[in-house]
Amino acid sequence: MGSLEVWSLIKQGWRRKPEQEDKVRRLISNLPYEDLRRKYQPNRQYANNSIKTTKYTVWSFIPMNLFEQFHRFANVYFVVIAMLNFVPIVNAFEPGVALIPICVILILTAIKDAWEDFRRYQADKQLNNMPCSIYSRKEKDFVSKCWKDVRVGDFVKVVCNEVIPADILLLHSSDPNGVCHIETANLDGETNLKQRQIVRGFAAPDGSFQPEYFSSIIYCEKPSNNLNRFKGYLDKPDKKKIGFGKENLLLRGCTVRNTDEAAGIVVYAGHETKAMLNNKGPRYKRSKLERKVNTDVLFCVALLFIMCLIGALGYFIWLETFPDIPPFVPPDSNNNYISPALSGFYMFFTMVILLQVLIPISLYVSIELIKVGQIFFITNDIDLYDEETDSRIQCRALNITEDLGQIKYIFSDKTGTLTENKMVFRRCSVMGIEYCHRENALRLGAQCETISDDEDIVFQKPKVPSRLQYRQKKGISSLRRSQSARTHMGARYQSEVFTITNEVAFSSPLETDVAPDRRLLRVTCDEKTQIQEWCRVSHCNGSASFMDFFLALAICNTVVVSTAMLPRQRVSRLQSLLKRMGSLSHIVNSFQSIPEKSSKSRSSLKDVKEEEAEDYSDSGSNNPSRRNSSASHHSEEERGTVSDPNGLCYEAESPDEAALVYAAKAYGFTLLARAPDRVTVRLPQGAVLSFEVLDTLAFDSTRKRMSVVVRHPITREVVIYTKGADSAIMELLDCHGRSNKRKKIASKTQRHLDLYASAGLRTLCIAKKVLSEQAYDDWASIRQEAESTIDNREELLMETAVHLETNLTLLGATGIEDRLQDDVPATIAALREAGIQVWVLTGDKNETAVNIAYSCRLFNQGDMVFTLNTDSRSILDCTLGEVRRYTAPSQSWSFQSIVGAVMPTESTGPTFGLVIEGRTLSMVFEAHLQMKLLELARHCRSVLCCRVTPLQKSAVVKLVRNKLKVMTLSIGDGANDVNMIQTADIGIGISGQEGMQAVMASDFAITHFKHLKKLLLVHGHWCYSRLAKMVIYFFYKNVMYVNLLFWYQFYCGFSGTAMIDYWLMIFFNLFFTSTPPIMFGIMDRDISAETLLGLPELYKTGQNSEFYKRATFWIVMLDAFYQSLVCFFIPYWTYQGSDIDIFTFGTPMNTVSLFTILLHLAIEIKSWTAIHWGFMVGSVLLYFIVALIFSAICINCNPPSNPYWIMENQMADPVFYLVCIITTVVALLPRYIIRVLQGTLALSPLVQARKLDRLSTEARDQQIKNWKSQRSPSEVPTNLVSPVDSFSNSFEQSFYNSSLEREIRISFPSCSLSFRLQFLFCTNIQYRSESTSFMKLFALCISSLKYCSFLDFTSY
Amino acid sequence: MKNQGTTNRPDNTAFDQQRLPAWQPVLSAGIVIPGFLLVGLAFIGIGVALFVTSRSIQVLENDYTGTGSSVHCSECVNPKTTPCTCQLNFSLSALFQGPVFLYYGLSNYFQNVRGYGSLRRPSSSCAPYQYDQNTTIAPCGSVANSMFNDTFTLYQLVNATRKTVPLDGKGIAWWTDYNIKFRNPPEVDGSLAAAFNGTVKPVNWPKPVYDLDPTNPANNGFLNQDFLVWMRTAALPDFWKLYRRITEGEYASGLPAGNYTLEIQYNYPVANFAGRKSVIFSNTSWMGGKNQFLGIAYLVTGSLCVVMSAVMLIVYAKFNSPDEDF
Repeated sequence: MGSLEVWSLIKQGWRRKPEQEDKVRRLISNLPYEDLRRKYQPNRQYANNSIKTTKYTVWSFIPMNLFEQFHRFANVYFVVIAMLNFVPIVNAFEPGVALIPICVILILTAIKDAWEDFRRYQADKQLNNMPCSIYSRKEKDFVSKCWKDVRVGDFVKVVCNEVIPADILLLHSSDPNGVCHIETANLDGETNLKQRQIVRGFAAPDGSFQPEYFSSIIYCEKPSNNLNRFKGYLDKPDKKKIGFGKENLLLRGCTVRNTDEAAGIVVYAGHETKAMLNNKGPRYKRSKLERKVNTDVLFCVALLFIMCLIGALGYFIWLETFPDIPPFVPPDSNNNYISPALSGFYMFFTMVILLQVLIPISLYVSIELIKVGQIFFITNDIDLYDEETDSRIQCRALNITEDLGQIKYIFSDKTGTLTENKMVFRRCSVMGIEYCHRENALRLGAQCETISDDEDIVFQKPKVPSRLQYRQKKGISSLRRSQSARTHMGARYQSEVFTITNEVAFSSPLETDVAPDRRLLRVTCDEKTQIQEWCRVSHCNGSASFMDFFLALAICNTVVVSTAMLPRQRVSRLQSLLKRMGSLSHIVNSFQSIPEKSSKSRSSLKDVKEEEAEDYSDSGSNNPSRRNSSASHHSEEERGTVSDPNGLCYEAESPDEAALVYAAKAYGFTLLARAPDRVTVRLPQGAVLSFEVLDTLAFDSTRKRMSVVVRHPITREVVIYTKGADSAIMELLDCHGRSNKRKKIASKTQRHLDLYASAGLRTLCIAKKVLSEQAYDDWASIRQEAESTIDNREELLMETAVHLETNLTLLGATGIEDRLQDDVPATIAALREAGIQVWVLTGDKNETAVNIAYSCRLFNQGDMVFTLNTDSRSILDCTLGEVRRYTAPSQSWSFQSIVGAVMPTESTGPTFGLVIEGRTLSMVFEAHLQMKLLELARHCRSVLCCRVTPLQKSAVVKLVRNKLKVMTLSIGDGANDVNMIQTADIGIGISGQEGMQAVMASDFAITHFKHLKKLLLVHGHWCYSRLAKMVIYFFYKNVMYVNLLFWYQFYCGFSGTAMIDYWLMIFFNLFFTSTPPIMFGIMDRDISAETLLGLPELYKTGQNSEFYKRATFWIVMLDAFYQSLVCFFIPYWTYQGSDIDIFTFGTPMNTVSLFTILLHLAIEIKSWTAIHWGFMVGSVLLYFIVALIFSAICINCNPPSNPYWIMENQMADPVFYLVCIITTVVALLPRYIIRVLQGTLALSPLVQARKLDRLSTEARDQQIKNWKSQRSPSEVPTNLVSPVDSFSNSFEQSFYNSSLEREIRISFPSCSLSFRLQFLFCTNIQYRSESTSFMKLFALCISSLKYCSFLDFTSY
Repeated sequence: MKNQGTTNRPDNTAFDQQRLPAWQPVLSAGIVIPGFLLVGLAFIGIGVALFVTSRSIQVLENDYTGTGSSVHCSECVNPKTTPCTCQLNFSLSALFQGPVFLYYGLSNYFQNVRGYGSLRRPSSSCAPYQYDQNTTIAPCGSVANSMFNDTFTLYQLVNATRKTVPLDGKGIAWWTDYNIKFRNPPEVDGSLAAAFNGTVKPVNWPKPVYDLDPTNPANNGFLNQDFLVWMRTAALPDFWKLYRRITEGEYASGLPAGNYTLEIQYNYPVANFAGRKSVIFSNTSWMGGKNQFLGIAYLVTGSLCVVMSAVMLIVYAKFNSPDEDF
């Protein structure tokens, strides 16, 4: 593709140089030029929409592929060797024959490339021929054409559920509001809908679209790969300029949803679309093992050099020994004799050719093949398959499988990685009063247990006012049914109703159902009676805050509403209904006067709803992709559930928002519809309020909050509802408040927030502000100005937002639980047992993070946790020093526990945890205290970094990776993890709720954190051990075989003769001994998956690179030398002094080395399946068959003494067999004996584990248990209730009770630093006893801190 | 696009899930002791057989280079004295079991040097001995050019008279060489010499190729047995090549005890490469010529295996914990 781009660039530059220099793209409508030839087309210089992702064409394949392949170093070496063959003076073999290996390798690679390219070609063809509608002037309508016919400047129409063929500037939409919804799943994997608007001023009042009249000139920026940046303007004929931006652009590859049809003009097509520019190929990483292999290849080069040098010198000396020129020293073809020195020099190159196999070039091809096989097995692992999303593990980087087996540090994101990122509303605090939602907690507990028995979920709900309860039940039941359908789909009926699973993202009932708190519900009910008052009084005072709180929850978000049955159809009818019903005041009036009226309005609402449903089913029958959903809709009806307005689905960009909206709904504040300028909410009484949205101040990470500015329909006030992080909101509160009450509320709320956070909940603050009309007008004008600027618009917009969000009134706070994923604690425990240090890097606040860390057993109950939270350089320095000194006594064992292999450690003392905040971290980096931090971190079991930015995440990973020289792995699910995923040696993306950015950047993509366990412990171990052993074996194989030739040089005057026919020599490496190691690298299983999972510490062998150390390489080299000596000299002494001819002498050697090489592998193979037997026996058979056939047909191939009939003669000779047997036995005896001794003494845990594998399942499990209890007696299985659960279950009782948690705070008056030793006392006796030892340690700590002057035991 | 009914679920097969039934041997002392013992004993058996067989083979080797320690044919060392004939006398005290093979041996002769014979490209394999003044040399190439040309005649001294021992020159080359690999050009008018018309003899040869064996017209041209033997490149610098077999007449069962004279036509120079020439009488067994090494190697390795099995027994007794006895 690269050269293609270059070519097209050249072409463009050639033709339209001036245009190229512009920074903007200028385009006009194609329609006036429709029939003209291409030459006269106005937009001809822009790429058209046909795409070509193939690298080659049929004609260019061979030259381009060769060119590409020769870029690789290994192949270049091979080619140089092949060329060397053609230099007459050094000719060694048949030059043509010498080309065979390189040709085979080139052809293999070319076939692979061609196949991949063909698949790309097919995909391209399919894409290019997808249908689309382009406007034609002749037909006066849109006509159906293919994607490839789309050109820049064309008008294209897309209908609902169609994929957008190019980047289109939206000019028309069937939606009366001029919006169009698109789903960007194909682009970034985000399944929520995004809203696009038509360019201002193009909303045709009658809904028709007439491209002929489009006469503007479009100026937009050059194509770029930034999905979030697009701007430009339309130059109308009347010289008016209309700006547009990314919200007006429909991106190629996205799907139109909820909009009947949309149309626009194509601005970028084909390769210039943002989707294509973002489409990068897989990344290339070099694994640690491969780096090592490369250095060892260099050793081989050195070895080759030495051997060739010996050959050259030997030849020189040999020539010098003769008094006269002997008859067997050949002159050159001109009958001249070259001087010995020069001959020696030439001989060097002859030797290079003869011994070239020493450099294992085919190793690279073999490694690639093996990795393909390994990836096949990883992706086929059923344990790594996720039923719910029907997705396997994705291996995106193809060449770092073995790195999975060497990980020492894991850096994990928290939200969405350790937790599900499914937000559940747990608690809230309104006006300083805490509502703990005990019923909800109970329900969640119940639901967790019965989640699989879908339909029969029963939970006891306390008595609530009847009507509400009724509606609540109804809502829940309908929703639950849809959920049950989903569970079915996931499990069993996926094939039947797959459309729904794939296109619809339902929220689980955990998130959608919220059981209202009894007290709070009562308050809101009471509140209702105050509503009339609230409506009359223009200024809302504190008594209405409850209403405001829930209104804020319902309104202040960007949630898109769709119905449960037809989730992608936005409820826009509702608005037309509202319009039809008349003015807002009418509703208010009806609501104010009599309740019956409101119910009437409800019933009319219902009618419309039903009418709507009919509409949908009609359209569904037209649209095949909708059929399923409508079918399910009908089935719903059969069951007797009519879709009532409660059956709404909310699709939010962040799950928190959805959780809040569902919470509001539980209290009767139902978000009914959202349009860009209007949100509709139904109040508990059934009245429908429609708020005019004046502006939405979107969330950004610097402000950490979002706001909506609405006009209250009743009071007509301009109200700002803000929600955001507590730190962000609390600072903005109206401090000069009139009463003390507000301050009191704020402080109470703050305390609640702290409690929420310490219970592991995510906290949000809700606030509001009423703006005077004048103030709003002023602000709005500034805002408008900011919006219309083109340069630094973002900054200006943010400035205006900050300007508005001041002097807020606190309404309340919410606590949302992010549930832990399945098996996270077990996975972390196993990873830690495997010697992997787990660091969690999160943007969450300290308390939340710490509590999640406890609940996922990152920190144990008995751990001592240091919290570093300061921004003063010197203090940090001294703290690090102190902490280090403090941990010094226990340094020895904690160090062992990290690197030590199997010694029983961790029996003494508690372990340590470290919590670092982002600002401390930045201080560490600024003050160059990294090494101190690392040293400290190495003493700690786990490290938790909270409030870190994405950049800091990657900085931490980089620090550990570079300074400790260890293998690191990053795992995350969100865009904020992309940096760290790319920095680590292995990046793992979790395809979860937060889109696909992380997955796109990752090397492996999994669906759950728990999959990491098998991926690392089993596949990592296997891949690493297989590949490492294979590589070692490959080095051995080549050296061993080549040395046979080398030893022979001492008996042929160093003249570069081979005693083996060159065909057989080439076949030897190419066919006879190549497949078994590849099979070994893919399939060998040293230890079974069950044992590897049962004994995670086996992973340490990979971490410490035990299969492939520097020593391993040299040992295997020695072994290769020994074996080659045996394989040469036993036949040599056997045949010495006889009339043996050269090939009769070489054949037994060749055979013997085949046996030795294969049996050497057989010793290394740990599990023999039928496939192993097949390959081994097959290789031997192949050798004999090929050798026999070859010697039978090769009458004249290597004259004068040729291999004709040699093999046959040999196989008729008993001595041949006797030689083969003894040589093989003697060659392999040392290795065999060492392996036997290793197996007997069983010093390494691997051997012991292998012995376990031979037991029956029960016996093995028993042994594993014994093993574990032997190895780590202190590692008591701590199956305690996770602190969050126990904490929140007994929340109310222990709210102010200090028995649960005690915090010991040491304060330093001199440096205002406090580091906390946090210790949770549990009712468990064991921990009591440990607590005394903790106190001892604590005393020790005190004594070391000399300037500690103030001790303060605080408790809640 | 995914179709209905297909899921992404991996196949739950033993192969895909890497659960194929496998034999997982763990090498440990307990298992290998019988193996070592068996192999050791078998090797010792083979070794004894080989050793005994090898002992039974008789070899009589005489160096006749004429320089250094060898006294025979010293009169012919001077290259000026050509043609030179010398004699080598030896006596046998007992019957030399037949069939007896007569070899000539060359040492320090690197027939396996690249470029000399083996491993040369066919197109240029003969250079520089392809043309002699633009006439094709037949047979071409340096191997042919440097063909060994000493000849031997064996006499038994019976009552002071020399009785010729018939030497059988047939079938000393490989059957395949004689019958398949080498072909004479088709005879012209029944004459082999005419077939070689237009070629010249190799530079070092005294006679043309069609006249190598005047006694047997069938043994000429490229099918001359001595030529075929010479053309089969030796593997090592010290080599024997079969010269004749003694299979005829009263000597078919071997050379009886007595005195013998070997008359040597000393033609081939070896001084320029410090080589040595010898002549060897040997008989063979099923395992070919005399070779002590293989028998000894088997005996040593066999004993080693037996010793190893003893060592393993100790290791087994000492280190094998009872719970690992599966």
